[in-house]
Amino acid sequence: MSDQSHSDSHDHVASHVRRYLLVFVALIIGTILTVWASYIRFPSREINIAVALVIASCKAFLVAGFFMHLVSEKKMIYGILGFTAFFFIGLMGLTLWSMGDFPLNTVTH
Amino acid sequence: MEIPYTTEIRKDTGLYNAKVGIWLFLASEVMLFGALFSSYILLRVGAPEGYWPHGWLTVWLGTLNTLVLITSSITTVMAWASLKMKNFSSFKFYHAITLCCAVCFLCIKSYEYHDKFIHNEVTLRDGAFKEGNIADGHLIKQTADSITLEGRIVKDRKDLFNLSTPFMGHPKQEEIEIKKSDIVKMSNYGPAHHTYNAIYFTLTGLHALHVIGGACVIFYLWAFGRKMWETDPERFTNRVEVSGLFWHFVDLVWIFLFPVLYLL
Repeated sequence: MSDQSHSDSHDHVASHVRRYLLVFVALIIGTILTVWASYIRFPSREINIAVALVIASCKAFLVAGFFMHLVSEKKMIYGILGFTAFFFIGLMGLTLWSMGDFPLNTVTH
Repeated sequence: MEIPYTTEIRKDTGLYNAKVGIWLFLASEVMLFGALFSSYILLRVGAPEGYWPHGWLTVWLGTLNTLVLITSSITTVMAWASLKMKNFSSFKFYHAITLCCAVCFLCIKSYEYHDKFIHNEVTLRDGAFKEGNIADGHLIKQTADSITLEGRIVKDRKDLFNLSTPFMGHPKQEEIEIKKSDIVKMSNYGPAHHTYNAIYFTLTGLHALHVIGGACVIFYLWAFGRKMWETDPERFTNRVEVSGLFWHFVDLVWIFLFPVLYLL
């Protein structure tokens, strides 16, 4: 019984290893795409920024989802990350909200 | 005293304690880096038009460092998978590569920091050079009464903010000898040079500290883990998993730092 469960666990992890290798290749391709996209002259720099951040977010999803096993985690972890996401979005939201609050002629360098 | 729930699962959380602990810690780390990223956004948006630097960092070095960290991430997860498959020597092999990647990353980062500290902007006395009043470049020689830069001279400081871009290529560099009596002000590209340098050194410095911390933990498990592996393999595997989660987080932060600081 013990040998059987050990063999099952071994096969289970071995199947994950193939997935890890695919994620690794996807991350390499994502990195090359990020650099390549930065050399494309889009109509505005904002589009360059959006493209780079979308690719970075996809890469982050792959790392968090598969290497950190977030795609198959327990509810407790999702709860912790839910709170984190709430406060992180709040932080960024406050940052964006404050954009209009620069006094006139502010020099920041 | 025995530490509870190092391997067995708590009924209320469904996890062993260290895993809950590392995720709570990572949540606090997200907020730490989030605060610095929001500072970056404020500094960038607040910079006057044309005075936010583009191309001040070497893209291929940043790309190389990204690839190094991605490689270290796969070897970290493979090290954990090796332990799950009861293969300790394979764990040692993969984590040796992880440690090499960590050292490689830090060496490249150190080189980049050094490059910024020998890169100087020199304000010149009026009329010293007909090409302009600002010399910018890497310090290659210094004597008692003169310095030599490898760089260029510009009229307007604004010209320095597009040192190189993907669209314009790198400006022409030449050796410039400047008498010390012609120098009004000289400053290197350290953290005090510009708000971009300040946030660059803060973000990458904090990230490098995380790399050093993570590498120390991984080295400890790699070098001294055999005894625990032989007496309590499941507990050791959990330790490797927890250290791996931290390492992947470090990789995740760099995935955003790279485009934000090097490419945009």
